[in-house]
Amino acid sequence: MRALCWLAAGELGVREVPDPELRNERDVIVRVRRSATSGGDLPLLAGRHPLLRAGDVLGAEFLGEVVEVGPGVRRHRVGDRVVVGASVACGGCWYCRQGLHSCCDNAHADLASADPDRASTDAGCFGRPRAAGGFAGGHAEYVRVPYADVSAFRVPDAVDDDRAVFAADAAPTGWLATELGAVRPGDVVAIWGAGAVGQLTARAAVLRGAARVLVVDQHEDRLRMAERHFDAEPLDYRRTDVAAELRDRSGGRGPDVCVVAVGAPPSRSLADRFGGQHTDRPDALREAVHACRKSGVVVVLGGTGGFVDAFPLGAVTERRLTLRCAARPNLRDVPMLLDRMASDELRTEHLATHRLPLAQGPEGYALFRDRADGCVRAVFTP
Amino acid sequence: MGRLARAGPTLGGAALAGAARLLRVPRRGGRPGADGDVVAPARWEVVTVDRPPEQVLPDGRWPEPLRRLDGAVEVRVRPAPGDRGTELAARPVAGVTPPTGLAAHLVGDDPGLLVRRMLRQLKQRVEAGEVLRADRCALDRPEVRG
Repeated sequence: MRALCWLAAGELGVREVPDPELRNERDVIVRVRRSATSGGDLPLLAGRHPLLRAGDVLGAEFLGEVVEVGPGVRRHRVGDRVVVGASVACGGCWYCRQGLHSCCDNAHADLASADPDRASTDAGCFGRPRAAGGFAGGHAEYVRVPYADVSAFRVPDAVDDDRAVFAADAAPTGWLATELGAVRPGDVVAIWGAGAVGQLTARAAVLRGAARVLVVDQHEDRLRMAERHFDAEPLDYRRTDVAAELRDRSGGRGPDVCVVAVGAPPSRSLADRFGGQHTDRPDALREAVHACRKSGVVVVLGGTGGFVDAFPLGAVTERRLTLRCAARPNLRDVPMLLDRMASDELRTEHLATHRLPLAQGPEGYALFRDRADGCVRAVFTP
Repeated sequence: MGRLARAGPTLGGAALAGAARLLRVPRRGGRPGADGDVVAPARWEVVTVDRPPEQVLPDGRWPEPLRRLDGAVEVRVRPAPGDRGTELAARPVAGVTPPTGLAAHLVGDDPGLLVRRMLRQLKQRVEAGEVLRADRCALDRPEVRG
């Protein structure tokens, strides 16, 4: 089959690779119909993960049709159209039973090598290096889905592929942000980052009853998109005093909930990577901490880098803020979001600004990485 | 019961019922190393399995893959606090020659690695019903072509 492979830092290519196979009883094989670029892929593309190997297949977000079913699978049959959550989770460990699928204990195929000291690894993920789970990604013609009864979800007939593919990760991540922030009716919510996750956080906040949702970014097209499709108020930080605007638009208090959804920081230099001394400067996070109302909640969604410096801890403690974080969403929210998609409460297809054949995967990622040509997400069809 | 704690694969019914308590934590002296120094006992490797002890060690027996370490490790089991299942710990037995084929694992750079892997696999079997296998890397298979 053909698949989009990581070849070297900054270099992707569509290559012929062997078809996936059932490796466990709870596996299914899915023929991919759509796969989407994801912000979490960008550090991989840049070669910032030391365990990537040439030939690793990328792609954490995809949707397709079940073509093969393992003997231990109960909920799926050949022919089902399913969206697959980005996290691989067993459904049976303590974390999964609490609904914390992204913390699953049993979703790494080689736990000992991945985490030689402690069993503290998080869930597996598609399209990541072997030591991050060991599962090939969805930018391919076929994908193996472990624990399919937990990770794959039938898509309602009313929801087309272009909408449903965002139920794999971006929509549940946005929903989780509002859950972690405990957004309540009447709240003012500010979101840094107007990419797909930021916009879907805005929509989730509206659905939870937020009175006012503000989105901070520098890309005019993304801000207009958030305004047009999700009723968010745009703030272009190049032209606006964001702190002052947020104060003004929250009656002088500051937003109740501040969500940082800015994605991965710029690539590091080689010296930084190998020297191990690099720390990112979390500009958006610092701004969110200073903007948030007293006793408010700041939510950080993954992609801020391994280390950050100049974190305003004093402001967090003095102002009694709550800091909550997540890198990947819960699987439990996917069915609910598919239902909302079916009822048109949640429309996502406009986020697929570029629809390309898989053969143009490298070009799609270049657009996505550079935010060129108004690219919010590139969606591939094998 | 002692067999469970020392190196054996079986656990009697009474002992199983007693798994609600700490079954046994053997106290052993160190063993002499090649230079005559006393070698410290290996560290316990521990996992928490989100199931009661009778499901972790059904019929009082060591399940696979732990059974493969019969004679080479000692095991302890006790209920996890907060109703979170069972704490299962194992460590290499001091002074015991491991079964053929395991020696390199047990005395290599990281003697706990094999024990840890076995515990994790046991946990996966009990909680998820199977030991998860990674995808085979495309480069591991000969038909890859550019």
